[in-house]
Amino acid sequence: MSLVKFNIWRADSSAGKFQAYETNITEGMVVLDAVHQIQEESAPDLAVRWNCKAGKCGSCSAEINGRPKLMCMTRMEDLPKDKPISIQPMQAFPIIKDLVTDVSINYRTKKKIKKFNPRKPDAPDGTWRIAQSDIDRVQEFRKCIECFLCQDVCHVLREHWLHEKFAGPRHMVYTAALEMHPLDIEDRRADLKHTAGIGLCNITKCCTTVCPENITITDNAIIPLKERVADKFYDPIKKLFRLFSNKT
Amino acid sequence: MSTYQTIHHDVLVIGSGGAGLRAAIEASAKGVSVGMVCRSLLGKAHTVMAEGGVAAALANVDDRDNWRVHFADTMRGGQYLNNWRMVELFTKEAPDRVKELEAWGAVFDRTPDGQILQRNFGGHKYPRLAHVGDRTGLEMIRTLQDHGIHQGIEIYQEHTIVSLLKDGGRIAGAFGYDRASGSFKVFKAKAVVITTGGMGRIFKISSNSWDCTGGGIAIAYDAGAELIDMEFVQFHPTGMVWPPSVRGLLITEGVRGEGGVLRNSAGKRFMFDDIPENYKSQTSTDEEEGWRYIQGDKNAKRPPELLTRDHVARCIMREIKAGRGSPHGGVFLDIAWIKEKISNAPEHIKKKLPSMYHQFKELAGVDITKEPMEVGPTTHYMMGGIKVDADSQMTTVPGLFAAGECAAGLHGANRLGGNSLSDLLVFGRRAGEFAAAYSKENPETTIHPDQVSELMKWALAPFERHPKNGNAFQLQSQLQEFMQSLVGITRSEGELTEAIDKIEKMKLLIKDVACDGNRNYNPGWHTALELNHMITVAEGIARAARERKESRGGHFREDFPEKSEEWGNMNICVKKSGADGMEIKPKTKLGMRPDLEQVIEEMK
Repeated sequence: MSLVKFNIWRADSSAGKFQAYETNITEGMVVLDAVHQIQEESAPDLAVRWNCKAGKCGSCSAEINGRPKLMCMTRMEDLPKDKPISIQPMQAFPIIKDLVTDVSINYRTKKKIKKFNPRKPDAPDGTWRIAQSDIDRVQEFRKCIECFLCQDVCHVLREHWLHEKFAGPRHMVYTAALEMHPLDIEDRRADLKHTAGIGLCNITKCCTTVCPENITITDNAIIPLKERVADKFYDPIKKLFRLFSNKT
Repeated sequence: MSTYQTIHHDVLVIGSGGAGLRAAIEASAKGVSVGMVCRSLLGKAHTVMAEGGVAAALANVDDRDNWRVHFADTMRGGQYLNNWRMVELFTKEAPDRVKELEAWGAVFDRTPDGQILQRNFGGHKYPRLAHVGDRTGLEMIRTLQDHGIHQGIEIYQEHTIVSLLKDGGRIAGAFGYDRASGSFKVFKAKAVVITTGGMGRIFKISSNSWDCTGGGIAIAYDAGAELIDMEFVQFHPTGMVWPPSVRGLLITEGVRGEGGVLRNSAGKRFMFDDIPENYKSQTSTDEEEGWRYIQGDKNAKRPPELLTRDHVARCIMREIKAGRGSPHGGVFLDIAWIKEKISNAPEHIKKKLPSMYHQFKELAGVDITKEPMEVGPTTHYMMGGIKVDADSQMTTVPGLFAAGECAAGLHGANRLGGNSLSDLLVFGRRAGEFAAAYSKENPETTIHPDQVSELMKWALAPFERHPKNGNAFQLQSQLQEFMQSLVGITRSEGELTEAIDKIEKMKLLIKDVACDGNRNYNPGWHTALELNHMITVAEGIARAARERKESRGGHFREDFPEKSEEWGNMNICVKKSGADGMEIKPKTKLGMRPDLEQVIEEMK
């Protein structure tokens, strides 16, 4: 057991500052345990969002020593103790209070994406036949726990606050899961270009680095979607064809 | 004087896990206005943590399966205390509900011929659980969420309901607050569906997320609804035991479904030592045969690790108490051993049990493809809860419906793994359908402002008090401690009486609990209010457990270790009586329909 120092961001929607706390850390504790202990010992109104404490719900996203992480999956023994451990809310979203941010933009963005639209069932009983190999990629995307750490670290959102122009990595992964779903027959390429702003992603792969589910966001989701968009809008032969057939 | 905002809907759904989403989708499809209140963010509810799979007799892997086998399995698992009509509806409708999810975009693992794959689980005669690795709950909640957001449902995220509102005998809506701002809301509705899930958080060692405080059960009780089977709490046999901060975290039964075995410190597979009489005909007594079952040999019987959860949990406790446990007070669950049987074992384990691999690697530093896990029982599920009509899911209060874990009846004395995910689909849909119909057939209700004023005053009282009895978090920890030690996996008259005394004392302390700060996103305040719900549910469990003088399913009494025929025919009803009294009454079960009796006979 050892006494560890923390600097936790305390704020309302207008202003905030780091406040110092300390608490005893025992074997196996994660950062969220420490925050709960501080709540119980000295700061009962310290706002923190959490649910499962098992890395499955994606609620407790924060920046620990400046790194976007899930508090419930960050073990205390993996952090240096020579200086206070800093815990801040995600920077890409407005603060509600302390460590809790307003992530509602993500729910609005998702709603704009055309929903799943399956082809007619393969069998008379209304079911489909799908090979496992055809869904492995989609299953990777569907591991997403919507922690929004990828949105948090994305420069387009974090530095430029272009939430209204760029859907962000989470929603690229969501769109990729729909576009690559073997049953889906919807075409989302025009929306990807115009509404979701896929061109704004400059492939720095920061999102992939922070994903707690290890989804290869950039390589497996965003780049293939960029290719599909390029294929539709920028393929010179198709462009020529469109020109002559008067189709846009 | 505080103010509040009033919001109108035909149907209000309280809770946004699988049952709530399914109910809201159905009600909305019937053309009524639907509001859904989420205590957390949408898509974060405890359903997200379900791992192993959703049980439905699709018969994709074994064509001998059908609703009748699933019916007999569920009744046997529930020790025949189940509401047989619910089990009938459930087993007949579950396959359609699973297929429907596929039509809404769910991506289940596949069989070689491209159908939905099904896996083995405890108490299920045939491979029956449709799954996605070990993250089936995430797949389900995300599918329902992504479908639900396009169905015209009004969604209120991070709102907590404190109390239901009534208009005479009928339900009129609900009162609560917005967690972010602390501002009060009145949801006026003609029908209300409670889908708030379980109550694992009233115990210290639990697999449940913070959300599972039993709130929905408590508000229904306060509104006069009857509760049943409150003594039946499921302790899942395999929770993590080390390190302490993750104690209780779930390890899916899927580990055993994929061939994982339980061993004591001597390396012995102790589950072979005690096979209950009514499972002898289906359970293997031979290690080799058990493995053949896992591999899909239709002539092999299943290994004893796949007996029902209540039994496996007690066998683990027996080993621990006899000093044959693991270093940190559990037993060993070993999946790594399958490398003796299959060549690509590490890849197979990572593919089939990715979250388990991840969880142990990240949180305990254990590689489950190489070494065994340490496991022990953890509070997992509430079989009991709000009494409902089997067909409509209406409670004993007109206009009030309940579905999913907070409702009772389907699982009897013990739930089979995988049955909860299909429960929330089947009965979520039914509750939504019947709540919509009720709202169409009945006139508008009236909200009584004095009732709301009273509630606002009550909700704000913690800010007015001076702290003297510890803060809400400390009281919550005390409650969890004594529920775990006195009302846990083994119980006795003396311990239960002690627990009830402590509950009575704590009720007084809760009346004095204070909180700091303001109403904006204030966990101290939220917990102070939630404690009222937690203590109600704790009391229901302890009192019903003291009443049932036998051992059955999830309820084990050291002083009455055997099953009794008389109690096997009784459900214990819990009902509010007067301002602060709790009435406990055993009621005789309705006799089973002869054709269903016949099914049970045939499957023996």
